[in-house]
Amino acid sequence: MKSEVFPFPARRDSPAIDQSGVEERAQRFCARSLKKESKMSALKLAVSMLDVTTLEGADSVGKVHQMCQKARQPLPGDPSVGPAAAVCVYPRMVSTAVKAVEKSKVRVAAVATQFPSGQMRLKERLAEVRYAVGEGADEIDMVISRGQFLQGEYRAIYEEIIACKEACGKAHLKVILETGELMTYDHVRYASDIAMAAGADFIKTSTGKVPIAATLPVTLVMLQAIEDFHERTGRMVGMKPAGGISNAKLALQYLVMLREILGTKWLTPKWFRFGASSLTNDLLMQIRKQESGHYQSGDYFTQD
Amino acid sequence: MSTSGIPKTYKLFIAGKFPRSESGRITEVRSAQGEFLANASRASRKDFRNSVVAARKAAAGWAKASSYLKGQILYRIAEVLDGRSEQFVKELGARGFSQKKAEADVAEAVDLLVHYAGWTDKYQALFSSVNPVASAHFNFSVPQPSGLVGIIAPRSGSLAALVSAIAPALLGGNALVVLAAQDALSAISFAEVLVSSDVPAGVVNLLTAQRAELVPEFVKHMDVNAVLLCSDDVDERKNAEWQSAENLKRLSLHPDRALARSPYHILDFQEIKTTWHPIGV
Repeated sequence: MKSEVFPFPARRDSPAIDQSGVEERAQRFCARSLKKESKMSALKLAVSMLDVTTLEGADSVGKVHQMCQKARQPLPGDPSVGPAAAVCVYPRMVSTAVKAVEKSKVRVAAVATQFPSGQMRLKERLAEVRYAVGEGADEIDMVISRGQFLQGEYRAIYEEIIACKEACGKAHLKVILETGELMTYDHVRYASDIAMAAGADFIKTSTGKVPIAATLPVTLVMLQAIEDFHERTGRMVGMKPAGGISNAKLALQYLVMLREILGTKWLTPKWFRFGASSLTNDLLMQIRKQESGHYQSGDYFTQD
Repeated sequence: MSTSGIPKTYKLFIAGKFPRSESGRITEVRSAQGEFLANASRASRKDFRNSVVAARKAAAGWAKASSYLKGQILYRIAEVLDGRSEQFVKELGARGFSQKKAEADVAEAVDLLVHYAGWTDKYQALFSSVNPVASAHFNFSVPQPSGLVGIIAPRSGSLAALVSAIAPALLGGNALVVLAAQDALSAISFAEVLVSSDVPAGVVNLLTAQRAELVPEFVKHMDVNAVLLCSDDVDERKNAEWQSAENLKRLSLHPDRALARSPYHILDFQEIKTTWHPIGV
């Protein structure tokens, strides 16, 4: 993926967002209904777009191993499902994950830059990025300094993303805006514009560590930013909603919205990801339901 | 059923709330004389699945609740029901019960609840055992709740029959999805009693629907651990046995009438857990 840095975007160039308009439009995507074959293919597509995630203090080598196994083969005995796009772990677990997904298409993503708060000097945050890349991470999920953004120090955000992108080297950079802390859609839109101009390969809604995570309207705002950026510069940027997407129905609504806003070009794991931990099982249960006609129980699916 | 002439819409009871059917369907319920009584919601398969999700959420907490608390709550259901017996007598009367029969039916329901409230801290002792084994182990078996139980209640409008099906499974620590007859107005009123008796939200969910539509869903759903089917219909029973085989669901078949008052109906929805505990030499 060719990455270029674009000039710092002026605040006035980011359009103001019509809050009720966005929320109403997002709501309309929920009225679509996918059935039968199209539902099945959407469910399988969603599985292949998963960044299967574990970001807990309690993460152990064993847990990461299990999760990687599940990412490689989500439904044992059914190779048509999966593999997931990536596993997402803390930097210390990267080498474990890299070994566990060897010889599969699953990539390894690491959160870095003092995830989830980002409250540390840039020097240490960049060192963390280099460490994760050195351990073998294919993708880095960074957080922006929301405090600085809210103080109006927009250029500092732009510069920290450029610095991170540089520290990433060949690894892809996903920029987490933590939209739940940005207060308004206008802020989300401007933060998206800054991140893309600074060279982000993906923009991502949330860490999953604050009460308000990904929502349909906020994702819609970010998708529109991606569309405008693509039109202006010709560069494609990926989208990753994360946190709070816990059931298959909601995941399919995201896909419907993606298809409507950005078109089929973005409808691949290369350009769209779900950051989730509990979504996986619900997708698998829905797939089994489509096959067998029986509604499923969590008792028959692995927990980790 | 109302005194002031305001017709009541009888809704479903899911997750401690009283929603209409998501399908928007209703059935007109008429008295034995053909006079309009009320609109009752007609639950859809989706309503059933929502109930299962609610019951699953509530199951672990209810299974863990102390026997003392379960007993208190069952007793409170009896108290509240007793206090509202007039309403139930009227509702049953409208559906063709004679005054005397209706009064007896409500009294029997209250009595059943008091009876089963007493069992909450006793059935464990009755059904547990210390087993003789030929090794250095202390070996014992205890009953534990099955989990999520579907109850397909007797078709008669009797309140006592409904309670006789619900109470034993409930006190055994199971979360329930109950299918009452489509015209069982007193079933939904009974849900109002449950709400004011501290039964945690989701532990009992109550649907009024047409049997043929929902019984297959009850027995096929993988997240339902056991089903009580009160039915005299040979085909319905046979199909339920076939369809419940997929997840080795426990299916308890019972004739289409009230369950006898017996602690063994508690055992219908218990699983026996056996522990081998090494003892010193």
